[in-house]
This record gives sequence, C-alpha cells and structure tokens, in this order.
Amino acid sequence: MNEFIYLTFDGLSRGAVYAAFALALVLIWRAARIVNFAQGAMAVAAVYVAYSVTNATGSYWLGFVAAIVTGLVLGVTVERVVMRFVDHSSPLNGVVVALGLVLVIQGVLGIFYGNEFLPVAAPFSRDAFELGGVAVLSRYDLFVFVAVGAVVAALTLLFTRTPVGLRMRAAAFAPDVSRLLGVSVGGMLTLGWALAAAVGSLAGMLVVPTELGLHPTAMDVVFISAFTAAVVGGLDSPIGAVVGGLIVGLLLSYVSGYVEPTVAPMAVLLLLVVVLLGKPGGLFSSSKARVA
Amino acid sequence: MTDIKQKQKSGAPVPDLAAPVSARRRRIPAILVIVAGAALVLALTYMLPPFRNYQLATVGAYLCVTAGLTVLTGLNGQLSLGHGALMATGAYTLALAQNKWLNLPFSFLLAIVVTTAVGAVIGLAAARLRGPYLAGLTLAVAIVVPSVTSTFDETFNSDQGLSVVLDPPPGTIPMERWQAWLCWAGALVTVLALVLLVRGRFGRDMRAVRDDETAAKLAGINVARTQVLAFVVSAACAGLAGALFAFLAQSVSPGAFPLTLSLFLVMAIVIGGLGSLFGALWGALLLVILPTLSQSLAEEAGSHRLEGNLALVVFGVVLVVVMLAAPGGLASIRFTRLFRRNR
Amino acid sequence: MSSALLEVEGLTAGYGAAPVLHDVNLTVQPGEIVAVLGANGAGKTTLLRTLSGLVRSTGGKVVFDGVDLRGTRVEQMVRRGIGHVPEGRGVVTELTVDENLRLGGLWRKDRAEAKKALDEVYELFPPLAQRRTFAGHQLSGGERQMLALGRALVGRPRLLLLDEPSLGLAPKVTGQIMALLRDLRERTGLAVLLVEQNVRSALSIADEGVVLALGRVVVRNKAATLRDDADLRHAYLGF
Ligand SMILES: Nc1ncnc2c1ncn2[C@@H]1O[C@H](COP(=O)(O)OP(=O)(O)OP(=O)(O)O)[C@@H](O)[C@H]1O
Ligand SMILES: [Mg+2]
Repeated sequence: MNEFIYLTFDGLSRGAVYAAFALALVLIWRAARIVNFAQGAMAVAAVYVAYSVTNATGSYWLGFVAAIVTGLVLGVTVERVVMRFVDHSSPLNGVVVALGLVLVIQGVLGIFYGNEFLPVAAPFSRDAFELGGVAVLSRYDLFVFVAVGAVVAALTLLFTRTPVGLRMRAAAFAPDVSRLLGVSVGGMLTLGWALAAAVGSLAGMLVVPTELGLHPTAMDVVFISAFTAAVVGGLDSPIGAVVGGLIVGLLLSYVSGYVEPTVAPMAVLLLLVVVLLGKPGGLFSSSKARVA
Repeated sequence: MTDIKQKQKSGAPVPDLAAPVSARRRRIPAILVIVAGAALVLALTYMLPPFRNYQLATVGAYLCVTAGLTVLTGLNGQLSLGHGALMATGAYTLALAQNKWLNLPFSFLLAIVVTTAVGAVIGLAAARLRGPYLAGLTLAVAIVVPSVTSTFDETFNSDQGLSVVLDPPPGTIPMERWQAWLCWAGALVTVLALVLLVRGRFGRDMRAVRDDETAAKLAGINVARTQVLAFVVSAACAGLAGALFAFLAQSVSPGAFPLTLSLFLVMAIVIGGLGSLFGALWGALLLVILPTLSQSLAEEAGSHRLEGNLALVVFGVVLVVVMLAAPGGLASIRFTRLFRRNR
Repeated sequence: MSSALLEVEGLTAGYGAAPVLHDVNLTVQPGEIVAVLGANGAGKTTLLRTLSGLVRSTGGKVVFDGVDLRGTRVEQMVRRGIGHVPEGRGVVTELTVDENLRLGGLWRKDRAEAKKALDEVYELFPPLAQRRTFAGHQLSGGERQMLALGRALVGRPRLLLLDEPSLGLAPKVTGQIMALLRDLRERTGLAVLLVEQNVRSALSIADEGVVLALGRVVVRNKAATLRDDADLRHAYLGF
C-alpha cells in the first residue's frame, strides 16, 4: 500500500512533465497541423544553454530563464526559417524536415558539449517527505507541480480570455477567414511555435534532473512518452494532453515499481499502439470534432 | 470528380508507371543492370584495398535497407522511422543463430524470417495509421526496441552486446573481399526482387494506394493488404541488412542501432529521391561517404567532438535543404531525366 | 471619377496558368449596391477573393477610396474599410457566436469603439444575442448567415463584399437579409458588392447589375433595366 502511494505520487510528478511536453506538441499541432518531432531536440538545446548559464553564474534560476528564452527564440527561428517553407501537400514533408532538425541540433550540441552525460542538479531536494511513515513527495515534485500548473493555467487564460488567444485559435481553425478579419495568421503561427517551444523547454528543465543527466539524446524517450500522452489526449486537445501526460506518468511509475524499470518504455509503446489502433481520436475524442 | 483526379495527377510528384512502352523497354535491362552491377562489384573487390572493400561491403548492406524503404515510403507513401530497430532484429537474430548453430546461410535465412515476422506485426498496426501517427509509432519502435536488450540481458547481454562467431572465408579469399561479395550478393538480389515486384501488379497497387486511397479502393485494390505487404517486404530487406551488418562488424550491440540510424535511413531515401531504386543506391553511397568525409575532416581538425557529430549536422542540413528545395529529393531535380523509368 | 468608392480596371486573375478573370471593369459608388450575377463557375467568387487579396491579380488595377490596393495584404483590407463575407459564410464553427463577432472587431485599437460596434450588431440581430455562447456549429444556416454578416459589420466597413448570402436560405429569410442591406445602406451609407444566384432578390435591391460570363463582364447596366429587359434576362440570367 505504501509503495502504491509512493508510486502514485511519483507517477503524477513524472506525468506533470509529460503533460507539459505533450501540451507543447498539441500547441503546434493545433496551430500548424505538424507534429513537431524536433521538440525533444529543441528542449535539450534549451537545457544545455541553461547548463552553461548556471555554470557561469552559479544561479539555477538565471539558467532557468535562459532556457525559456532559448525556447522562445528557437521556436521563432524554426518556424520562420524552416517550417514556414515546408510544402504541406504531404504531411510527411513536415515530419522529415523536423527529423532533419533533430540531426542538426543533436550534432551541434555534441560538437559544443560532447557526448558524455553531464550531471544536472535539481534546484530543490529530491528526497521525499514522509507523511505518516509513507514517503510521498519531494520538494522537487512540488516544484514540478507548481511550474506545470502555472503553465497550464497561464495558457488556459491566454487562449480563453485574451484577444491574442482568440486570434490564435481563429487563425488555426480558419486561416483565410481570419485574414479577412485582419488577423495576421503568419504572426499567430510564429507565436504558437514560440510558446510551444518555451513550454517544451520548461518540460526539459524539469525532466533532465530526474534522469541520467544531460545528453544530446536525453529527450528521446521523453518525447515518445509525451507523444503518447498527446495521442492519448487526442492530439487536438490541451486538456487531453494534460490528462494523457498524467496517465503515461502513472503507467511508467507503476510498471517501473512493480515490474522492472527497463520494461517501462515497452509499456508506453504498448499504450501507444493500443490507443492508436483502438481509439485513434484519443480517449477523450468528443462529438465536437473538427467540422471545418 | 474527373476534375479532381486530373488535378491530382498533374500534381503528383512521380509520374505514373502505367505507360506500357517505357516499362517494356526497360524490362530486359533490369537483369542486365544487375549483372553489370555484379561484374563491376567483382572487379572492384580485386582492385580496392581491404579497407575500401569493407566500405564497399557497407554500401551493399545499406543498399538492402534503403531499397526496401524506398519501396515503402516512395512507392507506398508510408514513412517508417523504425527500420533501424528492424535492422537490430535481423542483426541479433543472426548473432544468436550463428553462436548456436554456426551455419551462415541458415542464420541469414532465420534473420530474414524473424525480422519479416516482426515487420508483419508492426505493418499490421501501421496499415491503419497515417502521416504523423505512423511516424510517431515507428519512432517509438526505433527508440524503445533497443531497450529490450537490457530487459532480457541474459539473452542479449545488455549494452555490451554479443560477438558473432564466423567460419573463416572459403579458400584464400581475404575477409574484406568475402564480406563485399556477400553484402553485394544480398543487395543485388534484393534490388532485383524489388524491381520485379514493383513492376508487377503489386507495384501498381502500391502507387495507386499512395496517390489516392479512395480511388484505389474503388478500383478493387485491398488497401490494407497492400500496405501490410509493403511493410513486410521492406522489413525483410531491413532484416537482411541488419544481418549483413552483424556479419560485417562480427558483433552486435544496441549502440550500433541508435535512433540516428533510422533517421539516416530516411535521409538517404529522401536525398536519393523518394521512389527511385537508383536513388536508394545514391542514398546508400551517401551513408558511407558522408560519415567518412566528416570523419577525416574531424581528424584533420583534431577535434574528437567533431567525430560523428559533424556527420549528424551535415546529414541534417542536407536533409532540410533538400526537403525545402525539392520535396521529391535530389533525384527529382538532377537524375530525373536519366533514371525516371526505373521508378 | 474620383468620387467612386471602388474602381476596378482591366482586372485579370486566376489560380494557375490560365486566368479565370479577364479584363474586368466595374465601379461602386459610395452607398451603392452593385449586384454581380452569372452562372456557376463564371468567376464571381474569384472576383471577390481577388478584390480582398486572397487571390493574386495578374493584371489591372483596383482602387479603393483613391488608394491603389495592389500590394495591400489581406489582413489590411478590413482596416481600409472592406469587409468580406466569403462564400459558405466562413463562420468559425469551433468558436462561439460571441467569439466570432468579437473577432470582427479585434483589429481596432480603440476597445470602446469595438465594443460599441459589437453591441450594435447584437441589437441588429436579436437571435444572435440570445445565442452568444453557442458554438458556431450549433447554429442553423440562417443564423450562420446572420453571424457572418454581423461579424463583417462589427468592422464597420464602407464596402461589403458579400458572396451568395442567400445560399441555402428560405426565400423569406433571403428577403429579410436583402431588406436589412437596403436599410443599412440608407442609414450608414454602406456600399455593397453583392454576388448572388438569386437574381430576382439581388436586382430588387441593387442599383446596378454586372453580369459575368466565363470571367468577363458581359453586361453592365442599371438594375432596373436588367429587371425589365426581357431579352437581357433571357440571354444572361435565364428567367
Ligand atoms: N482554388 C481554385 N483553384 C483552381 N481553380 C479554381 C479555384 N477556385 C475556382 N476555380 C475555378 O475558377 C473558375 C471560377 O470559379 P468561381 O468560384 O469564381 O465561380 P463562381 O462564379 O463563384 O461560381 P459559383 O456560382 O458556383 O459559386 C471555375 O472554373 C473554377 O473551376
Ligand atoms: Mg462562387
């Protein structure tokens, strides 16, 4: 029972990170109908920048800010310089270009930082508090929850309460009509990429201290988990991405705890296959599917 | 309706193979090209120094998998990022079989059979998926499958991998020449089989499915079966390629089949020109030449960080540039005139 | 000459190599309703899309309020005073009625002004006011037309490009929309370039009629003349 409680909290904490990362994928999917396969590599790049800044200044938080800013800049660059020019007649083109970016980013990171795992310290203790003799949560887990919660809340407010959010949604759903109404659709697209990449960077910052360390391929498995989370949630739905992230996190935690940590990735793959074949629209696909 | 169809036809990147005249004109050369290729390789193996022979062998091994992928992606429209994992399957099967029975032909056969079976499983799932979903699933396969080696480490020996026991080459043939022969025998047989397959009904069905699934269905083509079959065929090719790599390196380990390998394969077929088997050859050549070049560049620069990583950057940049400049790949701009009929 | 709100001269446009519009000329005066008529595929929608910049023109001139519109981006048209209700209405079905309408005024810097325009539109279309929180896909065809028209009006345009507002609507509703347009023109001096299949109701409110055939203007005349001249009607309008 104690183990179950511990694993549940651990799973939710991991899940929160996957939720953030899945959210980043969903943001771009909604805006551009592209699954950004370079999301993981972009996030790793941001974490490397944070690593350098933290090493130079001794401040985790300066590094944290640097990572978010790097995310924004990378998002804008990737959209403006590359993705904007991709021929969208086949959905494969965007995928292949994103994979090319993965190679470039991982190669550049390897050249600058080498291919050894670099240790990254967490800003808070990762030792779990005990509640009634049961290890539950660490300070770091709390930090993760707060950070991801804040991002989800901020994005929700942005999209539902602000004119910019309305423009972004309209531009994604009906680009031509939006342009006729004076919305700069290209600008909204760039903004969407920037936001998504920043959220992805945040997820990278949160996940790397809990893994083996920093490496150009550090986010590969995380990407798969987040992609699965996004697919579980329906790829189109931000709420779905969050719920999907938590589901994947719990699954990973239970499988690691009760079976074997090395089996956990297989479990994610299995979940992905089951959802894709059983309910390709995601577990929460509603009748309010896209009409246009 | 006719309107839509016409638009699609004129917009399709690859011309229809239905033109019977050109197909017939090329039918005899298919074998001739293979025989000429075999003769060329044979001659090369006597002229090249051992290390170059080893590289030649590597090109042959790559050609097996790029040719299979070309058929899958270029002709059938399915993108697989998981063929690195399928190669790993073939490689590990060969290693295990060799170490147990030490019968090379049987080990190769087993490697192909096992990989084909695995490919059929993935293909069954893949046939129901499109675009980014399929890419994501196969990417997951590429990333997750190597972790199996740690789960069942008694069989696969984790990250260290396995060494492959081999009989010495027959007679006095040097090892590298023997390797080049075997790899190219595999590659040429693969290409010949694919050419025959692609020119037959199966090829027609695949192109029909790629161009317009609904129309293909209306024409009585079993879309799902065609797609599974395409996946299975390309998996068999990947299995052979993987087995050849195990045979070449005389060892297997998960590190030899990273995600980047799968991405390299995609790059090779895109740059080679989606859908052209000649493109698959260009792709296989690039896969050997580019890393070698960047390796020597890196050595000259004296930076060990450049090693390997420079190749990644070069591959990535080339891939992005080619995709932006010509989604049909380099072959679609430069080699189209010459080799289009081979598609 | 300079008093015209919209002047189109020798406009040529199309989607690929072959042009769809050939040498189209027409003018719209301030407060004038001009009906654009023609068979399916004549190029009416293409004409409107070219005017608002969604289709690039390959030749000719479009002058709006004394300013050459060549090189003006689509997003700028609404700021110039041109509202375009596209064919099929273009209601964003995923957004609510209120969001759709607010979208029409987002380009304004002056928030109070935008709010005022929004309230006016709600007053003009009481059914929309009752359905503020409905998603676009929950509306009936007629309500969608109101929404699309209302959304364009939130931008307070001087020229409205309307593409087949009567499509799929009951004759009574079509009549109401035509009456509304006439009323708006009287009250606000709104000019309308009205594409219609429903020739009778279009000509009943239009001042001028333009008939397109295969991308060319074949008739330009007073609406009353078109209404009354049986030969013209037979030849070009089929009734
Ligand atoms: N996106 C497009 N790409 C290529 N050709 C097009 C496109 N849209 C329209 N066309 C062609 O342009 C011509 C004019 O089309 P348009 O939509 O302007 O006609 P219309 O007068 O609005 O017809 P309708 O009354 O049916 O709406 C048609 O021949 C059509 O096939
Ligand atoms: Mg029309």
